[in-house]
Amino acid sequence: MKFDRRAFITASAALVGVALLPKRFAWAELSDDVADALRAAIADREVVEGGIVLDAPDIAQNGASVPVGVFVESPMTAADHVREIRLFATRNPSPQIGAFRFTPASGRAEATTRIRLAEGQEIIVLAETSDGRLLRVSATVEVTVGGCVT
Amino acid sequence: MSRPRIRLPDSASPGEIIEIRTLIDHPMITSLSSPQPRDMLATLEARMNGETFFVYDFDNGTSANPYHVFFARVEETSDFEFVWTHENGETFTAQGRVTVA
Repeated sequence: MKFDRRAFITASAALVGVALLPKRFAWAELSDDVADALRAAIADREVVEGGIVLDAPDIAQNGASVPVGVFVESPMTAADHVREIRLFATRNPSPQIGAFRFTPASGRAEATTRIRLAEGQEIIVLAETSDGRLLRVSATVEVTVGGCVT
Repeated sequence: MSRPRIRLPDSASPGEIIEIRTLIDHPMITSLSSPQPRDMLATLEARMNGETFFVYDFDNGTSANPYHVFFARVEETSDFEFVWTHENGETFTAQGRVTVA
């Protein structure tokens, strides 16, 4: 999958103003297990909104297999790379979906997989950089036929 | 079951970032909403000349027959190994080589 770098950079630039402000989650809107999973991942660190391209369909026909791509612009050097990108579901029986772990030899902080969504919901993505920054984006995916999380 | 398939380019130029695709047949049964016993892969680890360069940690939200697309920066002719490890410790591997001219 190729992301549109130009659109991404433009969007990033537009976001800088708000992105510099630490963003607090609307914890109250999250179920306890989702909030706990996110708290465990974030601890007491500051989270910056944006900086991650999340490629997920607006509407997924089949919740059992929803393609999801993630990308963070990064030089992927020893000194400056993306270490991990984690996916969370807000309305699945369990919030953890999975995690991509990268190294400088990954070359790009970009990966795609297929996930299960029991129903339409918000997906939350957290990325951690080698200097300890945490980025966050989310997207809502409507699901036509729920993916039974067998 | 659990027959892994990988797609790698045969060759690359030094420093090129190559795209890798992997697929493994596996039911990924969480047993969260079925009486079947849990049957889940735990990790996919990708190594280049023995060095781990990419890992995916599977959790309950991963689809059956896990599919991944990711990248590697190849500096020299490299042997690739992909290892899926089940929660019970069983492993499934696939290998490939990318020649750098």
